[in-house]
Amino acid sequence: MRLSLKVWRQSDKDAAGGFEDYKLDHVSPDMSFLEMFDVLNEQLIEEGKEPVAFDHDCREGICGMCSMYINGRPHGPLRGVTTCQLHMRSFKDGDTIVVEPWRAQAFPVIKDLVVDRDAFDRVISAGGFVSVNTGNAQDANALPIAKEAADDAFAAAACIGCGACVAACKNASAMLFVSAKISQLALLPQGQAERSIRAEKMVAQMDAEGFGACTNTGACSAECPKEISLENIARMNREYIGAKFSSSAV
Amino acid sequence: MATSSRLDAKIPQGPLETKWSKYRSSVPLVNPANKRNLEVIVVGTGLAGASAAATLAELGYKVKAFCFQDSPRRAHSIAAQGGINAAKNYQNDGDSVYRLFYDTIKGGDYRAREANVHRLAEVSGNIIDQCVAAGVPFAREYGGLLSNRSFGGTQVQRTFYAAGQTGQQLLLGAYSGLQRQVGMGTVKMYNRHEMLDVVNIDGKCRGIIARNLITGEIERHGGHAVLLCTGGYGNVFYLSTNAMGSNVTAAWKAHKRGAFFGNPCFTQIHPTCIPVSGEHQSKLTLMSESLRNDGRIWVPKKKDDNRPGNEIPEDERDYYLERRYPAFGNLVPRDIASRAAKERCDAGYGVGTSKLAVYLDFAAAVERYGRGEANKNNIHNASDADIITWGKAVVKEKYGNLFDMYKQITGEDPYEVPMRIYPAVHYTMGGLWVDYNLMTTVPGLYSLGEANFSDHGANRLGASALMQGLADGYFVIPYTIGNYLASEIRTGKISTDHEAFVKAEAEVKERIDTLLRIQGKTSPELFHRRLGKIMWDKCGMARNAEGLKQAIEEIRQLRRDFWSDVKVMGTASYFNPELDKANRVADFIELGELMCIDALDRNESCGGHFREEYQTEEGEALRDDENYMYVSAWEHKGPENWELHKEELVYENIKIAQRSYK
Repeated sequence: MRLSLKVWRQSDKDAAGGFEDYKLDHVSPDMSFLEMFDVLNEQLIEEGKEPVAFDHDCREGICGMCSMYINGRPHGPLRGVTTCQLHMRSFKDGDTIVVEPWRAQAFPVIKDLVVDRDAFDRVISAGGFVSVNTGNAQDANALPIAKEAADDAFAAAACIGCGACVAACKNASAMLFVSAKISQLALLPQGQAERSIRAEKMVAQMDAEGFGACTNTGACSAECPKEISLENIARMNREYIGAKFSSSAV
Repeated sequence: MATSSRLDAKIPQGPLETKWSKYRSSVPLVNPANKRNLEVIVVGTGLAGASAAATLAELGYKVKAFCFQDSPRRAHSIAAQGGINAAKNYQNDGDSVYRLFYDTIKGGDYRAREANVHRLAEVSGNIIDQCVAAGVPFAREYGGLLSNRSFGGTQVQRTFYAAGQTGQQLLLGAYSGLQRQVGMGTVKMYNRHEMLDVVNIDGKCRGIIARNLITGEIERHGGHAVLLCTGGYGNVFYLSTNAMGSNVTAAWKAHKRGAFFGNPCFTQIHPTCIPVSGEHQSKLTLMSESLRNDGRIWVPKKKDDNRPGNEIPEDERDYYLERRYPAFGNLVPRDIASRAAKERCDAGYGVGTSKLAVYLDFAAAVERYGRGEANKNNIHNASDADIITWGKAVVKEKYGNLFDMYKQITGEDPYEVPMRIYPAVHYTMGGLWVDYNLMTTVPGLYSLGEANFSDHGANRLGASALMQGLADGYFVIPYTIGNYLASEIRTGKISTDHEAFVKAEAEVKERIDTLLRIQGKTSPELFHRRLGKIMWDKCGMARNAEGLKQAIEEIRQLRRDFWSDVKVMGTASYFNPELDKANRVADFIELGELMCIDALDRNESCGGHFREEYQTEEGEALRDDENYMYVSAWEHKGPENWELHKEELVYENIKIAQRSYK
């Protein structure tokens, strides 16, 4: 396959970025999208140019590190697939592909396609946990949990924290990410003790980070590589409103 | 054979069953006021690192944690699929601490330390309790209790799981505990930081040198103890199931500063991975061992049979694992399954275009589950099509994400055609040598999880890596570190102005400058590929003395080429992944040489280490217990120069036998 690429290049967080055009002549349809970028980078090094910086690690769709905005969609054209699992057979010979970083105020660009997602870690630090120190647990089977609840919690917990939801949202809202964690723990008995305070604190931190509000367009869930459901946002709103009615904390 | 005087494993006296409980009751304690003044540096935030950092902070120590990724949640533990073992005996199928201990020692082909493995089995149950309490959504039965499945090398069901994403769920559990401490200010988190050296003062480890990967700044961090939880070194083979960033650099720097490297040649080749598809390939993807619960492995009985798998009739298929190993069948340990696949492919029975693949087939499981569903719902006249539909639904629930991943990568639908799989590098049993306290040969420097050598001998059983990582971090180090830190309460804050820090920082900077100055013709990536090819061809699934000797020469030449011809783009003063890669590849090259030296020294076959000269008539690994029942611990003496120290393995509780799964 022959491809034309328009790739966002930005030398550091304060620099003005812009698109650069590249051509690749020998792309195999069996390559992953990131392997295509490996080829591009080898070509750039040969030409004495600096390779494109991009985040990636596991390359099997689970670590959440890869984060390319491809032809206007986070992680590209396929549903339920991360950039690293997107293969070139999903494109046509002669295509022009536009690649940008995630765009959000709360995710500043570090270099080229690499953004800073520390905001997500801070949201989890605000309350995305069960406060149980090591060594305090009872026998695991002493706490039966209905399979349906466990399955629903697992579905929410499948979030990989990549930030595609934020990148997809016109408001750069992080509601899907935050609600997935709030839902997981609200659905499980272990999460009950801190249920209210968790919702309040995580939402407060989300707002403080500069993520936008939710206007129910559903782009987040449609573009989520793990297909995290919008139900989680509804549940988070319920949790949050309930918590606020009885709150004295935040 | 006697153990080298340089190695003291510090195994507690007394009967095996009471060593750990007695140790815990007698280990020196550090009072809470003193803990606040003791700083612990944790490098790596996978299962071992995240659980250790969180737990030590809960205890009151001041913790600094480091990871090279953009968030601690990305560590490669996240990619573990199938499950985590624990001797809970929830299935009432005869499991016990002793059986988990025994299976692990036997699975490791009698090359692991009894006391460490028994402790691992003892704390395994606590891990499940802790994870459930932290909100990990394990798979459950309709009655609300936890579900289990089988893994290789065992005859009980002791593996806990969360679909094919067990590592993800466990890591996110440990990560949430870590972030809780970060929020409370008891852990200071340094993401996008790479450790580039350890600093020793007066024979004790006192800190690290790290590079801020965004700004390029070289930083000094002092601490009373340093924990390396930095994972394995499978990427020395270039192609492996490891993440792209997984590297040996932290462990290697420690090795060059005095930590002995244990059993470097013990690497695990996992039998069920998606085969290589072309030159461009950057990594390999595992298909979980849990698939062998239901999938049957076979090749055609006829050589060079080019018919599609689902068109080959039943009686023309060779289910070679079931044929050779009737007692364990498709659930033999990984080393055995991998060698058996290689043997069939080498003999000309491989499938697919490359002929380097075997089938993993779910047709029988689909039918069995479909009939089960029909029975459950009292339907006795179901059509074959209905049964297959229901069966596929059950398989989808159990393994759906793995099937999707396979389809995405290969473009084939495994619900319709059998999967093609082939062995690939997956895990390294070798690692930094540690004693019972998990301390390396450098006082104050510890190693946890895959980064150490201690628990899996020459072959790790499936679902035991997650168990070891969390055992070390949640339940072992919080006790054993007290043994050292109790004597550090008078030390005071570690000053990073000490000349040892100044010197180590200067050396790190000098190396970075050298890498950038060479400006040769070859990218770090191409050097990495060349190293990987040498390692896979000559120190991979099968090794022999002649090949290893050649490999050592080739790697030495590669190292010289690297330091005269590497081309690193960009600068050291800002975010530069090429520079990070060059640093890592340089260390992999040195490690590769040591792995070959170790493989050449070990004139026997055991577990994942298969020397072609040493095999039984049936092609099984032939151990030499008389001469090689030791841990090889290598001391770095200089370039191309190591000294071997031996730790004799003493089996007081297990009868040594030739490993049989027939």
